[in-house]
Amino acid sequence: MTTATATAMAAREAARPKLSLKDKYAVLTRDLGWDTTYQPMDKVFPHDKFEGIVIHDWNGWEDPFRLTMDAYWKFQSEKERKLYAIIDAFQQNNGQLNVSDARYVNALKLFLTGVSPLEYAAHRGFAMAGRSLRGVGARVACQMQSIDELRHCQTQIHTISHYNKFFNGFSDWRHLHDRLWYLSVPKSYFEDAMTAGPFEFITAISFSFEYVLTNLLFMPFMSGAAYNGDMATVTFGFSAQSDESRHMTLGLEVVKFMLEQDPANLPIIQKWIDKWFWRGYRLLTLVAMMMDYMCPKRVMSWKEAWEIYFEQNGGALFKDLARYGIRMPKYHEQAAKEKDHLSHIAWGIFYNFNHAAAIHTWVPEPNELDWLAQKYPDSFDQHYRPRFDYWKQQHDAGQRWTNPGLPMLCQICQIPMAFTEPDDPTQVCYRHAEHNGEHYHFCSDGCRDVFLGEPEKYVQSWLPVHQIFQGNCGGATLPEVLDWYHLKPEDRGDYADSQDRANWQRWTGHE
Amino acid sequence: MSDAPVFIALQATDDMRPVIEAIEADNPHATVNHYPAMVKIDAPGRLSILRASVEERIGRTWDVQELQLGLISLAGHIDETEDAFVLAWQ
Repeated sequence: MTTATATAMAAREAARPKLSLKDKYAVLTRDLGWDTTYQPMDKVFPHDKFEGIVIHDWNGWEDPFRLTMDAYWKFQSEKERKLYAIIDAFQQNNGQLNVSDARYVNALKLFLTGVSPLEYAAHRGFAMAGRSLRGVGARVACQMQSIDELRHCQTQIHTISHYNKFFNGFSDWRHLHDRLWYLSVPKSYFEDAMTAGPFEFITAISFSFEYVLTNLLFMPFMSGAAYNGDMATVTFGFSAQSDESRHMTLGLEVVKFMLEQDPANLPIIQKWIDKWFWRGYRLLTLVAMMMDYMCPKRVMSWKEAWEIYFEQNGGALFKDLARYGIRMPKYHEQAAKEKDHLSHIAWGIFYNFNHAAAIHTWVPEPNELDWLAQKYPDSFDQHYRPRFDYWKQQHDAGQRWTNPGLPMLCQICQIPMAFTEPDDPTQVCYRHAEHNGEHYHFCSDGCRDVFLGEPEKYVQSWLPVHQIFQGNCGGATLPEVLDWYHLKPEDRGDYADSQDRANWQRWTGHE
Repeated sequence: MSDAPVFIALQATDDMRPVIEAIEADNPHATVNHYPAMVKIDAPGRLSILRASVEERIGRTWDVQELQLGLISLAGHIDETEDAFVLAWQ
């Protein structure tokens, strides 16, 4: 190119008015798309019609953030620089010693083994969804989200790897995720979504999980991490959450888009919202327990978080969607009744089976029991405190209670069947269905409904307890199974008797 | 227009402080809740973040998309332009 032409081009460039945000986004998501001619579009995109969702005009898709690729890379690299500067400082300055108490670190063990692999699964899921949808706007949004989720997984592994140098239970997290009994709860949840069609996947993850439910994980829990002195976790958490705001927006947008395209889509979407609300809510049982029991310094209770983020903020969302004919998800009333019980039941399960878990459990300190009683005036002293008092007595007498049996699991959420009847906290809730002459068991009406909606899918569930009994988990005895899990003796058991506690006492001069 | 609550949650950082101040000034109907590491601003119906208000406080130009760096979560439909970021239910 001659200098003269280059100058002329630069002059033309300068004369051209700058594109507005809206125009830039339109150029990215309209002008870069084309209809295929060598092969029919239906053959190139074979998966975006079988679920029954009817799309008349993909141009109806709008991304309110209107983020273009150049802006995306600019902001993401800025976020990474900030995050890694803090991780470096945290590691150099032995930040692990500044957490409120070593009990807190168990919440991170649950996070790394239970949540981070889901970030990776989301990366894969959105790559698949992006490939499956023929609309350019949707594909761009899925692509960005896929890259975001990979970033989340990587930053979490990187951040938490520092804790692995000092605490047990972190070292074989990926292996644990595929085998350990309670980790089948998050794993099966995500695999359920990934084996659905692209529209169901995106409704499940972007809308039902990210818009309606993840605020409960990333807002009070990450704020709790800050309160407990964990600078590293709050930083990766909020860095991820800044992407999450975009994902939530995608979730709401995709639901609105589908509803506006064709009236036939409404019943399909409502069914997905009902299903994925309940699936996601059951998954959050683990978060309820992290908030009420695993953070020594507490920001708010699970019950308060549920009231703010689901009842108030989620309520406003569903009120808005009512104009399309969408109603609140089925069984939200049952979730409201369970808010007084959920975290206590969950902690009880882990206390019972702590000899086979990669986290430590404990009976809360007296002031913590009082906090729980104050936050749960209608349930704690009556139903749960006596249990803790008894367990404490037993432990003090040298007979720490562990449950020698294997629990019965819900066919859908895969959580041990310990939830109580919504209207009777003294009665464990059992639901049952028969399919092709086989019996299936459920923890709730919500999980039973999910099964009845697609029984052929859920008869295939990989239930950890069934698999042990079938001889697929290393052997017939507990030590063989624990060995197959790669669970080392120092990873499990009561916190009071743990190496983690002994080390912490030594490091902080409380020996 | 609906009065249902919208919210925006921002990191409690130096970068976000002038943004939070601008929101408080421009949205007198909003409630600002301080949590560890996080500020959650709730408002019935509508919340606006105005570029001009933020620029007035930081003394330089501010791209509305810089919000991305400190955003934690939000609720409401988004209307984003070069000049404002507005959350509202319909």
